[in-house]
Amino acid sequence: MLMTPEVWEVVWLSLKVTTTAILLGSLIGIPLGACLGLYSFPGKRLVIVLIYTCMGLPPVLVGVIVYLLLSRYGPLGSLGLLFTPEAMMLAQVVLVTPILAGLSLSAVQAKERAYWETAKSLGASPLQLVFTIVKEARKGIWAGVAAAYGRAISEVGAVMLVGGNIEHHTRVMTTAIILETRMGNFTAGLQMGLVLLLISFLFNSFLVIGVLNQLKTGRR
Amino acid sequence: MKRLYVSFFAAVLSLLLAACSQEPSAATQSSQQPPAGNQQQATAAEPRQPAAPESKPSESSAKEIVLATTTSTQDSGLLDVMLPAFEQKSGIKVKVVAVGTGQAIKLGEDGNADVLLVHSRKAEDEFVSKGFGTDAYDVMYNQFYIVGPADDPAGAKTAKTAAEAFALIAEKKAPFISRGDDSGTDKKEKSIWKEAKLTPEGDWYLSSGQGMGATLQMADEKNAYTLTDEATYLSRKLNLQVVMQGDQSLLNPYGIIKVKSTSKPDEAMQFIQFFTGEEGQKIIGEFGKDKYGKGLFVPSAKKR
Amino acid sequence: MNKLKLSDLEVAYRGKTVLRVDKAVFEHRKIYGIVGPSGSGKSTLLRAMTLLEQPAAGRMDVFGTVVDLSSLTHAKGLPLQRRIGYVPQKPTMFDSTVFDNVALGLRYRGTDRTAIRSLVTEALELVELGHTAKQRAHTLSGGEAQRIALARVLVYQPDLLFLDEPTANLDPYHIAIFERVLKAIQQTRDITILIVTHNLQQARRLTDECLFIHKGRIVENGSTEAFFTRPKSPELQDFLCGRMIY
Repeated sequence: MLMTPEVWEVVWLSLKVTTTAILLGSLIGIPLGACLGLYSFPGKRLVIVLIYTCMGLPPVLVGVIVYLLLSRYGPLGSLGLLFTPEAMMLAQVVLVTPILAGLSLSAVQAKERAYWETAKSLGASPLQLVFTIVKEARKGIWAGVAAAYGRAISEVGAVMLVGGNIEHHTRVMTTAIILETRMGNFTAGLQMGLVLLLISFLFNSFLVIGVLNQLKTGRR
Repeated sequence: MKRLYVSFFAAVLSLLLAACSQEPSAATQSSQQPPAGNQQQATAAEPRQPAAPESKPSESSAKEIVLATTTSTQDSGLLDVMLPAFEQKSGIKVKVVAVGTGQAIKLGEDGNADVLLVHSRKAEDEFVSKGFGTDAYDVMYNQFYIVGPADDPAGAKTAKTAAEAFALIAEKKAPFISRGDDSGTDKKEKSIWKEAKLTPEGDWYLSSGQGMGATLQMADEKNAYTLTDEATYLSRKLNLQVVMQGDQSLLNPYGIIKVKSTSKPDEAMQFIQFFTGEEGQKIIGEFGKDKYGKGLFVPSAKKR
Repeated sequence: MNKLKLSDLEVAYRGKTVLRVDKAVFEHRKIYGIVGPSGSGKSTLLRAMTLLEQPAAGRMDVFGTVVDLSSLTHAKGLPLQRRIGYVPQKPTMFDSTVFDNVALGLRYRGTDRTAIRSLVTEALELVELGHTAKQRAHTLSGGEAQRIALARVLVYQPDLLFLDEPTANLDPYHIAIFERVLKAIQQTRDITILIVTHNLQQARRLTDECLFIHKGRIVENGSTEAFFTRPKSPELQDFLCGRMIY
């Protein structure tokens, strides 16, 4: 196999889809988790239980739901999004948002109430307060982002269903591995798997280095 | 590659087993015997262990073979009828690995299957000529359809041959979904393109890299044409219509081959004989009549 | 109108009233000491006035603006919140530089960059810690952190400054600096200061008036001089002599 243009294309699409999904998911999930961690309101327990449940959503189920939504005969069929990279991004957003929300929630809750009180007493508006606490809980949230990224990029069931594994169009690393394996090219599948592993390794190294630096300067 | 894994896992497993079986006995014996004697016994017991499974195969594990086949035989339900009949008759259990033809053949090459039931004549012949298989038989054939949207935008219905239909689709650049997974159906499709002297390329030609069911679904969603086997097509309720059938190049013969390196040649042969024999051929011919009004496979047993 | 008035304040935990203040008036530009035994409700009073503790009832009149403390939401209380500076006993520093910590209040208020720079520098000079601006806040010593916490609120020039035992964990050297800074603020700024303290000598040194809180009630209040030399209530007399058992 080696790094032929086709392989690069697949790797690039994987990165593009997952990175976009993580960015969008973070935009929703992190503030949501932080708000849940900071404010109480009726029904909060239920929302938290729901989020924790959704953290373990089987990807294939997410795939089926998104598929049915986007299908030509489904409610959003007119958008013509099925079997496009956008559909894969959507499925991954659904997949990672609860993870990001749940892990942000626990990261924010792990920060003592004193941080919350300090920010409030200094005159933070509700929005500024959320922002400050998220910034303060950034290490825990980064870990959440890394976990979500790993889960999204290595996921295969949902992207296969809604993306369709179309060559040059929606074929990503995991679906390519499945295809290679089904065609009996175990070696090619394994090589692609190694690329996947390498990317996860690089990505997590960046995160770990970042967190370690934080720890070094943060400790007395 | 796969063989390496298997042997690696086997090694790890046997190590674990050895450790588990050794420790308790060592613990109970150490109170009665001096430690030196205990050690000796443990090491002496070890070489005997691998011998144990060898004495057993005739009783249990020999009565089990692995069939590597294409998803179509499994998905159509044919095996659900054939295998119980065979198992009842012979007492041999069949484990089915349903994969693409490419992977099925690879499983045979690696010795991970005992019998292949596949449909890609060229790959089958290669498999035999390379010395991986013996006793190859024709078993049956089924039909391929070219299916597409009801309004037939490429006018493929007017074509007289499959190659002509493909040429019309390519000319109109009507969307076409290829399986692109090196399966028997995929190989058939590629051969028809070759027959039409065309290289399909462009936005209209999509390679799904998925199974037949998923590919049909995708064709339905995208209002596209595709090549499908009869069984999968009939078992799905979709808005796709048949635009071409019956052409000689749309026939799809299945072959059954014994893997040369199999450790159970007799059982494998029994299985092949059942499929190509009178009883098996009858079941094949009857299969699907009750549900679809016509048989999905046409029996055609013949030694190659 | 230059008065901070508190009326009918009641704070309860799980149905049990822990603090009841019928009426309290604080005049502008004065320093008030709040003393009393541990667990008497001093900190609770300060936290209720800082809007960190939601009381069951209570109104606060801040220079003519009246708010109902029991129904105040975060958003509605924001204008008042931004006039208050609060320094807790153990200040919490955010994980960034000293400069960023001190600048936080101004950033919340949308102050522009150049103004922030000069105001923060000024506040750091005021607490005699100008050299620590680029240091990580977590590396400050207890005494330094306490003064940074003071600078962090002074920087946005609050009308009200509430201090909750700000020197309880400090050594005499740092206490002296802290008190010196506080005196300077009181003389130069238009500000009302409330300080909860265990340190009776400190209360005597710093304050104009004192309140004695015991068992959730204000038992006695008056000018610091009279408070310490001519206590009227038996509870305060006991407390000042160190005879109070609590």
